[in-house]
Amino acid sequence: MVKGRDDFVIALRSTFFKKKEKQKFSLISLIILSIIVIIFSNLNFKLIQIVKLGINEVIYRSSYISSVPENKIKEIIFEIKSHIDLHEIHQKELIKIENTEEIIALNNFLTAENKKLRELIDESINSEEIFARVLIDRESPFLKSIVLNKGSKDNVKIGMAIMDRNYLVGQIIEVNYSNSRALLLSDLNSKIPVIIQPPFLQAVASGTGKDYGVIEYTKDEYEENQIENKVIVYTSGLGGLFKPGIPVGKILNNSGQIEFFSDFGQLSFVKITEFKIGEDK
Amino acid sequence: MASLNKSTFLKSFLSYLPIIFLFFSVFNEFDFNYLKLDYFSFNFIFILIFFWTLRNPDYLGYLSIFLAGIINDVVIGVPIGISSFCYLLICAITSYIRQITLSPKFINDWLSFIVTVLLINSIQVIILDLIFLYQVDYMDYLINAGFTFLFYPLFFLLFNILNSQISLKKND
Repeated sequence: MVKGRDDFVIALRSTFFKKKEKQKFSLISLIILSIIVIIFSNLNFKLIQIVKLGINEVIYRSSYISSVPENKIKEIIFEIKSHIDLHEIHQKELIKIENTEEIIALNNFLTAENKKLRELIDESINSEEIFARVLIDRESPFLKSIVLNKGSKDNVKIGMAIMDRNYLVGQIIEVNYSNSRALLLSDLNSKIPVIIQPPFLQAVASGTGKDYGVIEYTKDEYEENQIENKVIVYTSGLGGLFKPGIPVGKILNNSGQIEFFSDFGQLSFVKITEFKIGEDK
Repeated sequence: MASLNKSTFLKSFLSYLPIIFLFFSVFNEFDFNYLKLDYFSFNFIFILIFFWTLRNPDYLGYLSIFLAGIINDVVIGVPIGISSFCYLLICAITSYIRQITLSPKFINDWLSFIVTVLLINSIQVIILDLIFLYQVDYMDYLINAGFTFLFYPLFFLLFNILNSQISLKKND
């Protein structure tokens, strides 16, 4: 028994402390170093922040370069898929074009009316937009985020909205000097206040880690009253980060799942937008 | 003379392949996510580190593994140091297995691998979920561990061929 324990201790000692010829560091020293890195990377000292920013800058750029072959494969797959779906897409587009003029007219009227009503309550919504290119599209199974080529030098700030055309896709969670990271709406940690229309209910849209989101924290009758085939989810503007009424996605067939309007796997260029609500007239 | 130079180049290129694979994987987060297959992902880095540190640790240094972990954390956006810690724990396990094993067998390696992957994933989930309060999907981790376990024999075969090529070139 004692001998067995001795063998175990010897094996453990060799595992952690012994260096092989080609190894420059022992395993235990690197394990301790990684624990120190974990602790230090979460402290908010200025020096640590600067080092972190430097590491992020270098690694994001390198990752962008080394992701070129992967991105090419993605492009090819997308091209093949769009060729296969060409007829179906064409039919859908035809239906959309038929209704476009009618929708534009109605939209112009509603926009003007909305502006007038906001003026009456002394509220205005201004926005500043920065166009950014997606450097890294890292939709790993555990984290859904993108790295953009605009950072603090371009006045990007944490919390700014990320838009793909007019659709919301996420928000900035990390800002470096020349790049930034945005958390996509599909990430498990993403939660944004929304309005479900119809029946105009406040709720929270949460990411699931998959390609769709789910509705949380809403009235119980929401599920019972889901009689409409197509329910649209918009931002509610609560919290002050996003303006109200940005389209997020749609809930189809009483599934309770939000199908996002934007395809997060195909983001190349996005708008980083800061909304200033109620500041100027 | 030319063939001698070619042989030397090939020899050193092959011996650097595990490190090249490692850094290429961490920069690209090799998990087949762009295939958009639901519930399909596997951790190539775990397989790579487990195999090479178990069978031929001379070609995959602990320092490179540590640096690869740091890069992986920055790329996927989790607190820096977690992946390094997990990768080095795999090294610790493989090193321990090496110490206590006289004649390595594939089936033993494979069974040790699933235990290692489950242990490392659990540690990662505990650190992310309980310490850093990141919300993680346990099912995703479990599925990832399952596919990583299933893919081990395939990569074992490929890496074994590479390993024998490196050893052959070394003994030439």
